[in-house]
Amino acid sequence: MGPSRSDTSALAPPGGRRREAVIWTEQLQKRYPGAEAPAVDHLDLEVFAGEIFGLLGPNGAGKTTTAGMLTTRVVPSGGRAEVGGVDVTRHPALAKQLSGIVSQQNTLDRQLSVWENLYFHGRLFGMGGRRSRQRADELLEQFQLARWATASVYALSGGMAQRLMVARAIFHEPAVLFLDEPTAGLDPQSRLVLWDLLGELNAEGQTILLTTHYMEEADQLCARVAIMDHGRLLALDTPTALKQSVGADTVLTLKAAGDAEALREKMAGALTGVTGSRSIEGGAQLQVRGAERLVPRAVAAAEALGVDLIDLSVAEPSLETVFINLTGKELRD
Amino acid sequence: MAVTQTAHLIATQPRRSVVAASWTALGALLLRDAVVLNKHLWEFVLRTLIQPFLLCFVFLFVFPKIGQGIGGHGDAAESAFATILVPGVVGISVMFQGVQSIALAMAQEFGFTREIEDRVQAPCPIWLVAAEKVISGTLQGLLSAAIVLPIASVVHAGGVHAQLALHWGIIVTLVPLAAVAMSGLGLLLGTSFEPRNIGLMFGFIILPITFLGGTYYSFDRLAPVRLGGVHWLQVLVLANPLIYVNEGMRAAFTAGPHLHLYVIYPVLVGFAALFLGLGLRNFRRRVLS
Repeated sequence: MGPSRSDTSALAPPGGRRREAVIWTEQLQKRYPGAEAPAVDHLDLEVFAGEIFGLLGPNGAGKTTTAGMLTTRVVPSGGRAEVGGVDVTRHPALAKQLSGIVSQQNTLDRQLSVWENLYFHGRLFGMGGRRSRQRADELLEQFQLARWATASVYALSGGMAQRLMVARAIFHEPAVLFLDEPTAGLDPQSRLVLWDLLGELNAEGQTILLTTHYMEEADQLCARVAIMDHGRLLALDTPTALKQSVGADTVLTLKAAGDAEALREKMAGALTGVTGSRSIEGGAQLQVRGAERLVPRAVAAAEALGVDLIDLSVAEPSLETVFINLTGKELRD
Repeated sequence: MAVTQTAHLIATQPRRSVVAASWTALGALLLRDAVVLNKHLWEFVLRTLIQPFLLCFVFLFVFPKIGQGIGGHGDAAESAFATILVPGVVGISVMFQGVQSIALAMAQEFGFTREIEDRVQAPCPIWLVAAEKVISGTLQGLLSAAIVLPIASVVHAGGVHAQLALHWGIIVTLVPLAAVAMSGLGLLLGTSFEPRNIGLMFGFIILPITFLGGTYYSFDRLAPVRLGGVHWLQVLVLANPLIYVNEGMRAAFTAGPHLHLYVIYPVLVGFAALFLGLGLRNFRRRVLS
């Protein structure tokens, strides 16, 4: 499955065996000067054409650094990375032709209008004046920003600015659209609009790599998710397969007065099919296989043990559950 | 499946060589700057003219009127001062343009707007993004020189006349060189100072450069300032790039005394190379991690 290593020309057609991998990394590393631990530690990744790929992990997991290396802004300390078969360290200017980037901050050109932000992006990427004008008009229409065309970018709300940045990033039809924490700081409404938009782009064939610490985002959007922590890849699969890997079909959350650890131990012992458990603030969380009549069983067990239940809830395992099982901590710590 | 795969293979390859992509990117960046300049043309003109106008108004109009003329009393002495001041005003305008159009813009783009993060995604080497700023700053510097000179040479009290003598050979070579050097200075300053420290930059760099840069006096007039036979002020100001700019403007626009051109040209080339080298290095360091 190794990619062909022909170095004759970065412009050469893709090697036969690489097939449709648009992003490829091998033992990719980044250690910032003065940092004790590497930010990204021997990362092997492959992202295929046409998929939405998610890098999921808490803040500081190395997601943004990984995306930074793939987009040539962060210089790797070791290993290799390719986008569209172009080595990002050796040919950064060439790799940039293939990338569209939406960063965490608003990087729109404040001196230009909404329309001009798109138009000049086209010119920057070598499109002629007429084609840039045409595509700017089309994209403003598609992204529902047409009535803001002549407005200053200062007039846009956070969600609209984000949409404009996505429109700008895909303007030159990049091989990969990179989004770094795209919905951080967006209101729920704008988040949904953006999710829809990314889904539509993907349906048209756009390959997308996004970093996120929202497990719902990874779950909803991504074909495959790489879970990262401390710069390392902990798991990589489809969201469904990752959740199945937990081995439980239900997560039972109990709240009760008294010692949480004692509650966890008692309840985990009393119920059948418990595959994992942990204490949380004011209660316990149990992963259970076999959800049948779980609630009455749990209530009965609690009554029998003399536990004073305050609250009880059941949910399906989520990527959060997967992350907790892998790291012993919550995603949002 | 085979069809989509082919489509992706086409889309996922770079379409153009780096050189071709860089040329169009450079053109687009310059076009963008031209459009922005055109949007704020009056702002640009007023900003460029306000300082030269005030300098000429106070020194060449008000002072002679109130009998406080610099360079001695009488039209002849005041005219001699005007002859020194007018090229200096052009020089200082070129410097301020470099600082304003590059250092301040860059401080903002590196700072709260983070626009630079998008700009460096242009499909060209990173240094070219900084070099484009310098080119654009240089052109704006030339534009300011062109609008400042006529204004500076007419805002005078009656009887006061700057004795201008245009040396075109020097004008078309030295003014651009000065504009490049001062844009390089702008790049160096813009990439050296954190946005929050821009006030420090003005206080500790721009002001000393301005006041000790030969705007209000020519180099040879500093000879009497000495300590035990050492012309310490003349020695000190030689470290100031603006003195070469201003003396060069005197050579270009007047028949008065100035530093030798054999000194001015190579030193300005040296300063330009130094500023650009350090500025591009800083830019790269600020952008990449």
